[in-house]
Amino acid sequence: MNVSLILIILLIGAFATYFAGDKLASKVALLFSLAALGCSIVLLNHFYAGENISFVNAWINQPKISFALNADGLGIAMLLLTVALTPIIIFSSFGNEYKNAKGFYALILFMAFAMTGTFLAADGLLYYIFWELALIPIYFIALIWGNGDAEERRKAVVKFFIYTLAGSLFMLVAFIYLYTKAGSFLIEDLYKLNLSASEQLWIFLAFFLAYAIKIPIIPFHTWQANVYQKAPTVGTMLLSGIMLKMGLYSVIRWQLPIAPLAAKEYMNIFIALGIAGVIYGSIVALRQRDLKKLLAYSSLAHVGLIAAGTYTLTIDGLRGAVLQMIAHGFVVIGLFFAAEVIYRRFETREIDEMGGIRTQSPKFTSMFLILVLASVALPSTFNFVGEFTVLYSLSQINVWFAVLGGTTIILGAYYMLKMFQNVMLGETNSKTFADVTINEGISFVAIIAVLIFFGFYPKPITDLITPSLETILNVINKN
Amino acid sequence: MNTLIAITGLGIFCLLFEILNLRKAIVPITIIGLLGVLALNYYEFGSTASYYNNMITVSKFSTTFSSLFIILTIFLVALSHNFYENHPTKISDFVAIKIFLLAGGVAMVSFGNLAMFFLGIEILSIALYVLAASERLNLKSNEAGMKYFLMGSFASGIILFGICLIYGAMGSFDVAEIHESSLSAELPIWFPIGMILMIIGMLFKVAAVPFHFWAPDVYEGSPALTTALMSTLAKVVAIATLYKLVSALNLVPSLDNQDLLGTFETIVVIISIASMTVGNIMALRQVNVKRMLAFSGISHAGFMLMTLLTVATSAGVLLYYTAAYALAGIAAFSVILYVCKNQDNEDITNFHGLGKTNPLLAAILTGSLLSMAGIPIFSGFFAKLFLFNQTIQAGYIALVIVAVINSIISVGYYFKLILAMYSKEPNQERTGKPFLIYAVAVISITLNIVLGLFPSLVLDLLN
Repeated sequence: MNVSLILIILLIGAFATYFAGDKLASKVALLFSLAALGCSIVLLNHFYAGENISFVNAWINQPKISFALNADGLGIAMLLLTVALTPIIIFSSFGNEYKNAKGFYALILFMAFAMTGTFLAADGLLYYIFWELALIPIYFIALIWGNGDAEERRKAVVKFFIYTLAGSLFMLVAFIYLYTKAGSFLIEDLYKLNLSASEQLWIFLAFFLAYAIKIPIIPFHTWQANVYQKAPTVGTMLLSGIMLKMGLYSVIRWQLPIAPLAAKEYMNIFIALGIAGVIYGSIVALRQRDLKKLLAYSSLAHVGLIAAGTYTLTIDGLRGAVLQMIAHGFVVIGLFFAAEVIYRRFETREIDEMGGIRTQSPKFTSMFLILVLASVALPSTFNFVGEFTVLYSLSQINVWFAVLGGTTIILGAYYMLKMFQNVMLGETNSKTFADVTINEGISFVAIIAVLIFFGFYPKPITDLITPSLETILNVINKN
Repeated sequence: MNTLIAITGLGIFCLLFEILNLRKAIVPITIIGLLGVLALNYYEFGSTASYYNNMITVSKFSTTFSSLFIILTIFLVALSHNFYENHPTKISDFVAIKIFLLAGGVAMVSFGNLAMFFLGIEILSIALYVLAASERLNLKSNEAGMKYFLMGSFASGIILFGICLIYGAMGSFDVAEIHESSLSAELPIWFPIGMILMIIGMLFKVAAVPFHFWAPDVYEGSPALTTALMSTLAKVVAIATLYKLVSALNLVPSLDNQDLLGTFETIVVIISIASMTVGNIMALRQVNVKRMLAFSGISHAGFMLMTLLTVATSAGVLLYYTAAYALAGIAAFSVILYVCKNQDNEDITNFHGLGKTNPLLAAILTGSLLSMAGIPIFSGFFAKLFLFNQTIQAGYIALVIVAVINSIISVGYYFKLILAMYSKEPNQERTGKPFLIYAVAVISITLNIVLGLFPSLVLDLLN
């Protein structure tokens, strides 16, 4: 049994969903995503038992490309994040009606397939293929099932596509260059390369372009808010919950170990860019009137902090970044889902038109409050663990980074609570707000349970990821 | 050799159908005949031989490319059935011309003598002139045929002049003899000049910048099926022949003798960059799909020309690139033929809402455009990957970066069409599900994806 099984389940799931027809599509998709989750947990046990669950198979002889999937602790953590969030995302959409549902759910599973592949691939080219493949489903999801004016949506989505494709093509050139040096795309061969400082700088920049657009890091973030707003909520969840983690994960897995000299030399610049994202995102979020846009900018701020954490090149920074990646994945999906729940009842995303929900639905209010508090990293939530570790690692590099990065918590608390106040509190809204349905409740409870459980007890995840992060750090520090 | 004879025989056979009044059976029988030719060609595969005083040489290169041409012709003939529905009296002529065109193409990649090369190119070109003007009541088609004929015969003249100069320098038309004498000692200046003239003529056939001016008008004016043929089969034949010319005549080492190699490489780089960039930028503004694909073809010609920089090793890459490009082109054109049947133009507006009215064909067209844009898992991506890999290994990293930037630009216009299919409201009803069009579209896009999943199948044929 090895990790290729998960990919097979998701891919077959995508086809099965498409052929199941519109009525059954959502259920089939949910079934396959749960099967993938179950399988991943079984695999996790195999992994703990010390079995080798990686998978390597030759694919193309010339140039030498292999179908290599590597499941170390970091890869498994990201795999679990993907397969845990996918059923939640699918389940959260059960309250909505979609035209051509079979295509919609098939694309979601296909995207989960591509993202899982990205997290597991241990061959540069295979990784690149999965990376690009993930782009196609989200393009169609946002284009066809998105909301708002069709013309504006088209512009936003095309901009997003061309941006990300442009970035990744330069990554492809970097990979081909590395191949001419190493004679192989396998990650361990690329780790062994001894590149000169200037080569490393170019490769680092080529990778950076791809990742900075995907994550997004300032100044490559301009596509983000519009696409998050225009995409259907499921698309936004996929983008913010999992897809942007692909960029952050790739920084740790590919960019830093392959070009460590450049990473060390220009560390401060990249940390500063990350922190700039934190401040910029927080300030812009203050002024948003659209709930989804506000969440988009808050996500930009949090992700900037994670990126800064990865570029510190310390074990704490990397560990904190990965923890925060997982925590942010859950919390952001919960928040976007809350926005969707409100939209289902009020048919608006304008914060001004909301308010007074608390008196009508205390259950929803308390769940939303927990998510808001988790997002501002209140102690005892998962996000606190991640964010605090990252800030600690930043303070080791330069205490000012930590101070500036810490503003994310203060500003974040301010705009999130202000948003909460405007959306939920105040006089009873004239429109009726039906209480959360059981389906909606299950999604919320699942997310909140994860956030609180790992908030108190993050050890399983830290134990899982630390050895592989240490291996990566050893590669970074070898020369 | 047998392949060539069989193809010519099949062409004559097609003409007889007219007399025997068997027009209805012509498409299936021709397809079966072509499949037979393909089998024959497979039988010859791997052998090397020369026939008729070295007029024709059969090699791995010629047989693999011939197979590709035959497969493409099968698709094009299958599409004819639906396309010529309204002119049943002409169908045997048009099918026969396509078969003769194939004969010309096979002659072009298996020439062993420059006379044979010229014969091949003329057979191919004359067939194309006729097909371009084949809608004789349509002014645009007439214009396209005339334009193509004038420009094409000019290019043929230049090629002929080049052949003469080479004969003057080497005293032979035979490729092997020219090859041998080019290795030895001092070469007269006529040799490189003749080569340059021949290459210019071929670049015209390939439609590379700055010899591309005919392409958009001719593509737009010609009947859609002829455009499909030009942009897939004819383009692939021309680029393969150019490659064979440069490698068989031993051009690169002989230029090295005279210190002209650097110049040659610079020129290839410049033409390749110019073709990619001009093609892509012009394509961005087109509203007619055929015109857009003409410019996209120009830019792909730029990519394919990159193989001339690594002539010794890149035959496999060229085969893969041409196969990927042509299969995507066939899939795209079969959808275009379906959508634009009975329309008086091929504007993008015709494609509005195709994603809703006909999801399968819309998905196929999307797939083929994604392949041309170079998105994995379609073979177009691997074609670009192998090409870039080859070119970076030869040290042309700047050229590859330009090519990458061009790939990004190309996404702009390919996606214009995809957007039109999925985000606009349908504006017309289409009825009927012509079986052959569906079959060709599905098979060619499937082949394209299979090539993407197992690139070694094709890549290793010539390595």
